[in-house]
Amino acid sequence: MGEMLLKIKNLKTRLGDADNPVYAVDGVDIEVRRGEIFALLGESGCGKSMTALSAMRLLPPSGCIVEGEAFLEQTSLLDLPEREMRRVRGGSMGMIFQEPMTSLNAVITIGDQIGEAVRLHDPDNRENVSRRVIELLRSVGIPDPERRTLEYPHQLSGGMKQRVMIAIALAGKPRLLIADEPTTALDVTIQAQVLSLLKELQRRTGMAVLLITHDLGVVSEVADRVAVMYAGQIIELAESRTFFRQPLHPYSRKLFRSLPSLSKRGQELAVIEGSVPRLNQCFNRCRFLERCDQAQDICAQQEPGWSETAMGGGVRCHLFSALPGPLTRPEKVLMEKQQEIQKPAGSLLEVEGLRVHFPIHKGLLKRIVGHVRAVDDLSLSIARGRTLALVGESGCGKTTAGKGILQLIRPTAGSVRFDGEELTNLPAGKLRSRRADMQIIFQDPVASMNPRMLVGEIILEGMQAQRIGANRVQRQARVKDLLDQVGLPADAAERYPNEFSGGQRQRICIARALAVDPRFIVCDEPTSALDVSVQAQVLNLLKELQQQRDLSYLFITHNISVVSYLAHEVAVMYLGRIVERGSVEEVLQAPRHPYTQALLSAVPEIDRLQQRSVIRLEGDMPSPANPPRGCHFHPRCNQAIDRCRSDYPKPVRLSPTRSVSCFRVDQG
Amino acid sequence: MISHLVILWTDALIFLLLVLALAFGIYASRKPHLRRPWGLVVRSRVGVGTLVVLVFYLIVGLLDSIHFHPLSETSDAAGKASRSSEVISLFDSMVSGLRARQEKTYSAPLATHLYAKESIELADGSTIRDFPRLEHGGSHLSDPGQKPADLVRLSAIGILKGLAVSMVAANCLIILLAVAARSNFGNQAKAVLTASTEIPWRVVLVVLSIMLVLIFWSAELASGYHLLGTDKVGEDVLYQALKSIRTGLVIGTLTTLVMLPAAIMLGIMAGYFRGWVDDVIQYIYTTLNSIPGVLLIAAAILMLQIYMSNHAEEFNSLVERADLRLLFLCIILGVTSWTGLCRLLRGESMKLREVDYVQAATAFGVGHLQIIGRHILPNVLHIVLIAVVLDFSGLVLAEAVLSYVNIGVDPSMNSWGNMINSARLEMAREPIVWWSLAAAMIFMFTLVLSANLFSDVVRDAFDPRLHSSR
Amino acid sequence: MMAYIARRILYAIPILIGVNVLTFLLFFVLNSPDDMARMNLGQKRVTPEAVENWKQERGYHLPLLYNASVQGAARLTDTIFFQKSVKLFQFEFGSSDSGRDIGYDISQRMWPSLAIAVPVLLVGLLVNISYALLIAFFRATYIDFWSVVLCVVMMSISGLFYIIGGQYLVSKLLHLVPISGYDTGFNSIKFLILPAIIGVIGGIGSGTRWYRTLFLEEINKDYVRTARAKGLSERAVLFGHVLKNALIPILTGVVVVLPLLFMGSLITESFFGIPGLGSYTIDAINSQDFAIVRSMVFLGSVLYILGLLLTDISYTLVDPRVRLS
Repeated sequence: MGEMLLKIKNLKTRLGDADNPVYAVDGVDIEVRRGEIFALLGESGCGKSMTALSAMRLLPPSGCIVEGEAFLEQTSLLDLPEREMRRVRGGSMGMIFQEPMTSLNAVITIGDQIGEAVRLHDPDNRENVSRRVIELLRSVGIPDPERRTLEYPHQLSGGMKQRVMIAIALAGKPRLLIADEPTTALDVTIQAQVLSLLKELQRRTGMAVLLITHDLGVVSEVADRVAVMYAGQIIELAESRTFFRQPLHPYSRKLFRSLPSLSKRGQELAVIEGSVPRLNQCFNRCRFLERCDQAQDICAQQEPGWSETAMGGGVRCHLFSALPGPLTRPEKVLMEKQQEIQKPAGSLLEVEGLRVHFPIHKGLLKRIVGHVRAVDDLSLSIARGRTLALVGESGCGKTTAGKGILQLIRPTAGSVRFDGEELTNLPAGKLRSRRADMQIIFQDPVASMNPRMLVGEIILEGMQAQRIGANRVQRQARVKDLLDQVGLPADAAERYPNEFSGGQRQRICIARALAVDPRFIVCDEPTSALDVSVQAQVLNLLKELQQQRDLSYLFITHNISVVSYLAHEVAVMYLGRIVERGSVEEVLQAPRHPYTQALLSAVPEIDRLQQRSVIRLEGDMPSPANPPRGCHFHPRCNQAIDRCRSDYPKPVRLSPTRSVSCFRVDQG
Repeated sequence: MISHLVILWTDALIFLLLVLALAFGIYASRKPHLRRPWGLVVRSRVGVGTLVVLVFYLIVGLLDSIHFHPLSETSDAAGKASRSSEVISLFDSMVSGLRARQEKTYSAPLATHLYAKESIELADGSTIRDFPRLEHGGSHLSDPGQKPADLVRLSAIGILKGLAVSMVAANCLIILLAVAARSNFGNQAKAVLTASTEIPWRVVLVVLSIMLVLIFWSAELASGYHLLGTDKVGEDVLYQALKSIRTGLVIGTLTTLVMLPAAIMLGIMAGYFRGWVDDVIQYIYTTLNSIPGVLLIAAAILMLQIYMSNHAEEFNSLVERADLRLLFLCIILGVTSWTGLCRLLRGESMKLREVDYVQAATAFGVGHLQIIGRHILPNVLHIVLIAVVLDFSGLVLAEAVLSYVNIGVDPSMNSWGNMINSARLEMAREPIVWWSLAAAMIFMFTLVLSANLFSDVVRDAFDPRLHSSR
Repeated sequence: MMAYIARRILYAIPILIGVNVLTFLLFFVLNSPDDMARMNLGQKRVTPEAVENWKQERGYHLPLLYNASVQGAARLTDTIFFQKSVKLFQFEFGSSDSGRDIGYDISQRMWPSLAIAVPVLLVGLLVNISYALLIAFFRATYIDFWSVVLCVVMMSISGLFYIIGGQYLVSKLLHLVPISGYDTGFNSIKFLILPAIIGVIGGIGSGTRWYRTLFLEEINKDYVRTARAKGLSERAVLFGHVLKNALIPILTGVVVVLPLLFMGSLITESFFGIPGLGSYTIDAINSQDFAIVRSMVFLGSVLYILGLLLTDISYTLVDPRVRLS
């Protein structure tokens, strides 16, 4: 057990003015030891970032620390005068943030931004700042650092920017690095790079890391100890390994059970009902009470205290101290396995050679000088009642493909046949009446509904446009039906979207899509903006609806665990093209394309029993305006051969359902 | 009294605007996304305070926008009252005293004598050069030496009257509030006075009282004197300043009304349809924008002047002619000022057309017009509102500058710009005549300051992006 | 870069044609030259000969678009449109209705205009930015609050009042500088100093408030938090990071008006009797000299378009994110 580095005691942080207080952090105790990676885990809005910002004394103007103490070794951070605190910030305590895109100053070169920190906190290197900057850049794994120092942030990719942020934080040789969701905005393969960098740096320099995240996978990947935060409080603290073996708090347990995975296929995911309570109230009960399925009388009568566990951890739950029994009692048996119906059914949607190119204009008369090949020769087919997952990293063209299939963006070439009818050359009027069959659900539950319309009007819109329902009364009745189907009360129709939480909004969007009785729905990352516990509700609903209505889904996502839970087939996309496709079992368990292999290996696993090795992808995805010659993936591929540099591999059929576009597979 | 209504073009448009504003108010009260920001506005102390001031200006402006031919004093032989060809407003008839009491020429505020020496013929036939007594100002005094005492007396009466009326108003308000809140008078009064009501009624009452006291005080003094003096032709300056309110309001509001349809339609079309529609609309507004505003106005007004002087027979009266020029000025000001809003709306529509809910509507097969009406327009309405409110004070100030350059309102029309314009020569006189300038400045400043403060509150309420910076 | 500029200049041509056609319509079609003549000669008892004479002297006797009475190309060139409007493209402004050479007048009067507009712009910029920085530094305090109130009050006062009040106070009561007039060389300073100061003061209200908003908008951005997390002092954050970013909109906003400085300020120049282009325009308006107004409209458009071009170029110079394409 290392010695204490950061100690936060009974921290209370208030947001908003005194008349309207929101206690974002409400009595938090944390101890981070020297040289460990300590994870602070929690869903959005639970106060984890505010805890870190309080320790750094970087709260937004509306926030203030009401109570508590924070020590960095012997120094009381909250009592330091601002001048001294500045020496600590960026000195012994460095911090990196979630959005590397906006966290760097766009008009100052990388070198100057790092150099600024060096000059402030590294007196030994004041003479040769530029050398130190290059050293730092090299240590965070940025290739060609001499050239990079003169570049501006926009010239770097997201992963590179986050590395620069880390370099800035490292400039003061910190003993503690606070990383606030450092990989949330990044793709899985980049996330794997950044996480391994963090881990390596921690090993090399011996600094401690306070890692703030909502991702159980990330915690399991790197953390030594973990604290779970809920509604402004720490509710569980444990060694990481213990935590993943046996979570104690009912909330933590449910969180695990609500995670989708291959092993839960055919089961319903556990759902945490309701939402996090608002923090502008005084609690004299357990904060998890309303959502807990093990709640006892005492839970409603007083706030649970902190109970220490044997392993140096602890939990905030009445059931632990008062009644040790119930926690070890076997959990309720999950839903019985639903039958997976084997489908022989013919295909509903056939896409062949789909291309969506966006022209690039240039020059005197805006000549077209090139194309962004967002989708380039994409072929797939989806059968009735089946789900095809389209997997890929951001920028690979998967969303454009979805919109191209629905003709929301008219494709440049190729054919899209829906139920035997060619859509690409359908005139606008005909297409309009065909639209009832194909719907779309979007990623962002906030942007996908007009904030100026009532929920009822939103659901009605499609019915009116498609002339479904004979009259107003019938349509209204149908709105009620639909709301009921997605598990919302009938009076929701009279309210505005902003009165609902993210998960509820996504359900309204599903109801809206269902209103026109579609047979095929494009789900464009419908759960990626949601918290895990809410994600489970939406996934359950989608699965249930598929079975009831024999719906087909094109499920666009980057989340492999959702794919393994929900999809029947998978297509992996890279730079506008599908590189591998097949059934879920085939692709996820034995990926053949080097990119699929790398992608899957980069996904952090919660189950750390089996050691896996991450295949590190070097560099970033090239621009679709200027794809590499030959196989698009060859510059990053560790198995590339000469042929990959000159030709694009044709798909190789490996089984009736499976094909891979790779020369190495061809060779056997 | 009102015998024959005359509806001038700007009158009609003002009342049309009033109807539109009321309709919008009813629409907004049903939409929470519009009601909430307005709620914030009326909960802000600055918001309600300035609103009270603006309402007073508005009342004067509206009263001054109901025109008619008055019955002339003399009756013709048949005993029927004949109509004069003169056009006056309801406001004119309410302050007929101010209008009628003309002096010969300049007189200082509250003076009893003219500002310039004249040869006065005495009773004995000899003439001396002295400041003659005014015909109306202080004429009720037998001896000008009584003036200070008289002023104090009138002031006291006026202030007392004002206080009394504001007490009555305050009590009425509290009773109404108590009825609405189902509490008793005492509690409600306490809540109002300790400023613990949600809407800061105390501020409303304080501003209202100040305004009422000021009005009664000046009314009392103005009944016996020229409170703000008289101008070159002996017209009461207070009357001129009050009459100018309508001109300022018309310029500030009608201009935006004129430009709104074009700005909204073209801006949304350009952003939503893109392509050649966008190119054409951008070309139009870049071209218009590239002509310096003042010069375009100057050119247009010059041409209007030529047209009017060559077609003088088409206008029934000077008032009508001046009114048409005012309307034309609003239109041309609108032409020069719609481009900013248009560009804003174009950018916003361009963003909105890519937003998921518009895509969802497209996926349902909803038509373009419906998408614009249902999804785009309601989501840019707050921008329009902010633009309208922000433009107002700028336009009032612009009127003064334009009138100064002689390309503003008709010289025969009362406006602060014309008052300042004439003040330029008065300032060069020895001793200087300062009251026209001062009166115009005070009236204009009060309006513009209130409008500026009010628009700040409105913008903060509707544009939460700026909120966090406070 | 050069290709970009060339393209922008090509784009400017249809706009200038648009401006030209618009002014042509306004000045010659809406009202005939006869109307102008009668207006200028005075309304009463104008003989047709006098009108004809007036038109002849100023070249308004030609047909508008097509001259059937002459041969060849002259059919098109011997017209009002060609003589009065098309020639503007060659910056041939012709002579004013009172017979003076407009081009020469403009080249002479441009300098006094600049002598007053440039100091107002530069000093104003300096004062406004410093004041706004000060407010941003003390944001959410009483200094911030009262400064904003002061700004709103200052911008609610009509510009005319600053001029009249300033003239009265400084020139008439204190006799520090002459009320109005102009001189050449260094002697002009005593005439320029008051209008320049008044110009700066008149702009403080709106300028400072606008810059304050820009600064506060920047202060709430993520990169500022990063800068603070580095341990930079508030002053270093403000000057090193916020100012650099906020200067981009400030500078480009200034660049767009740079060419228009030549046009001078109408009000200031006419109040202080400075013989610049602003008072030139005013005089022309007052004496209803259409030729000058027409020329100034065209000149203004050209300068405005030049300003737009300069703005785009200046973006690429100060903002590394922007590349011309």
